[in-house]
Amino acid sequence: MGEKILMKGNEAIAEAALRAGCRFYFGYPITPQTEVAHYFAKKMGQYGGTFIQAESEIAAMNMVYGAASAGARCMTSSSSPGISLKQEAISYAACAELPAVVVNIMRAGPGLGGIQAAQGDYFQATKGGGHGDYRMVVLAPSSVQELYELTVEAFNIADRYRTLCMIVGDGMLGQMMEGVEFKDKEELFQADKSWAATGTKMEREHNYITSIYIEPDVLEKHNLKLQEKYRTIKENEARVEVYNCEDADVIVAAYGTVSRIIKNVIKSAAEEGIKVGLIKPITLWPFPTEAFEKYADVPKAFLSVELSAGQMIEDVRLALNGKKPVHFHGRMGGMVPTQKEILDKIKDILK
Amino acid sequence: MAIVFQRPHALKETQLHYCPGCTHGIVHRLVAEVIDELDIEGKTIGVSPVGCAYNNYLYFNCDMVQAAHGRAPAVATGVKRVHPENVVFTYQGDGDLASIGTAEIVHAANRGEKITTIFINNAIYGMTSGQMAPTTLLGQVTTTSPFGRRAEIEGYPINMSEMLATLKGAVFVERVSMHDIKNIKNAKKAIKKAFQVQQAGLGFSIVEVLSSCPTNWGIDPTKSLKWIEEKMIPQYPLGNFKGKDLEV
Ligand SMILES: Cc1ncc(C[n+]2csc(CCOP(=O)(O)OP(=O)(O)O)c2C)c(N)n1
Ligand code: SF4
Ligand SMILES: [Mg+2]
Repeated sequence: MGEKILMKGNEAIAEAALRAGCRFYFGYPITPQTEVAHYFAKKMGQYGGTFIQAESEIAAMNMVYGAASAGARCMTSSSSPGISLKQEAISYAACAELPAVVVNIMRAGPGLGGIQAAQGDYFQATKGGGHGDYRMVVLAPSSVQELYELTVEAFNIADRYRTLCMIVGDGMLGQMMEGVEFKDKEELFQADKSWAATGTKMEREHNYITSIYIEPDVLEKHNLKLQEKYRTIKENEARVEVYNCEDADVIVAAYGTVSRIIKNVIKSAAEEGIKVGLIKPITLWPFPTEAFEKYADVPKAFLSVELSAGQMIEDVRLALNGKKPVHFHGRMGGMVPTQKEILDKIKDILK
Repeated sequence: MAIVFQRPHALKETQLHYCPGCTHGIVHRLVAEVIDELDIEGKTIGVSPVGCAYNNYLYFNCDMVQAAHGRAPAVATGVKRVHPENVVFTYQGDGDLASIGTAEIVHAANRGEKITTIFINNAIYGMTSGQMAPTTLLGQVTTTSPFGRRAEIEGYPINMSEMLATLKGAVFVERVSMHDIKNIKNAKKAIKKAFQVQQAGLGFSIVEVLSSCPTNWGIDPTKSLKWIEEKMIPQYPLGNFKGKDLEV
């Protein structure tokens, strides 16, 4: 392993992207992710890359659309209200099959909402926040180390499948300082980009990137091809961490920073003789359904804990398909549940 | 026998889909001739708009990227930053550029992006069947200004070239017209210069082209050309607003 550096989550994203060969960043300032842009603004020059503070999130994502069309590894980052503005180009990029990385350090909504941590954009990220039948891979790290590793992975996944890859975190994770152990060299997927707009050099037929298919039968065919790709991604890319589930009384589903709180709850519950397990989806899409199926018979019930009114719980219920009751505990607006709150809820369930 | 007239190489051998008498097609030809003359087809990347020209990525022989409505300058920015040695142009209508994409064009120009924009001002939304555009003339009847455009309700026609010329990053700005041969020749000169300005790395260049839409104006093609001359030019004076004397 390489050097270990103390770093803020947001900075680790940018550092990881640079190590992953990303040389094009386009963004617009918004709390709580602006340090990503600050880091790129400072460092991109050393790598001969491009940093642009765009005129809006709409423009930033369309610049990503252009840079990805041109064959480059590129990204943008923002927080919830800004991500809403990116949805237009996200849908276009999904249709045009452009590989790129989008980071959403989620804040509390709806509307301008607040700037504290939240997970209220789960539906938007996993069910298609823009128009049309599309998916993107959604990665949910829970530590700064994981932010780094999954950011590198996001670029590889994007290139491997010609897809968008979104990283979702929350303000806590973005601002958190933790040690990160960087590899000396990253394993980077070398994609064939012969489809990209690079200039024909008069050596080949022209390439074009488009998201418009006016003929219904042609568009349906294109959609079927996209769905086929999404099926392959589903088969290959679901990631999950399963912790303490073997003989759990209650299994908690939680992702991102919430999963860290649950690990502490597991300890304090154990002191009271209650066995709590954790299933932490690392990919929110594709959802790690199999892990839930595998442990469906173990606990008395499942509990989804989220910084939302209850969004991931729908996928947990779908995965369990009625085999076990699924309870919910959530906080909103930037409020974070305490360990005691969660433990009380678990005791309640077990009554 | 010597060939005296043929399709420019940069234009594909397909039939364009534009309505009879529409001058979109002439502008395509001029752009392609310029690409040929500058011998840049192999390194040119075009960006298509949303509007009647939405699928002109099928017409040009160079690499092309189709953009969302109004976003072509942002998309072109991404392309150009990845390939600074290439020549990048956008082709946009007046709804695309002067309405939904106002922010993108202003800021691409202001950043001095080394791209060239071909801006088709036909005073109307052609593709969506003749709605009012920001460039629609006062009194002009459209499907969404059925009583004629009224300044007090719908505001005034917007002169994009004059506006963009105030920006330091926009180094070449010219308005031309398609209404007769002489002006078409002038238009080609302006388009060529705009590409050369980009090649010289001087900054953002744009050519606004007054263009006809016989279908949605409800005027026959010949009279449409007259309409450009008599109605549009008084609102949109032709000429160079910036960069006439640039050495390229
Ligand atoms: C986001 C979005 N809004 C609206 C439309 C519908 N639309 C398609 S073309 C167009 C107007 C195009 O007019 P213009 O840019 O003037 O081009 P023209 O057809 O006149 O050449 C509109 C509103 C769209 N495709 N996308
Ligand atoms: S609708 Fe108007 S602008 Fe569009 S192709 Fe027909 S004449 Fe040209
Ligand atoms: Mg128009």
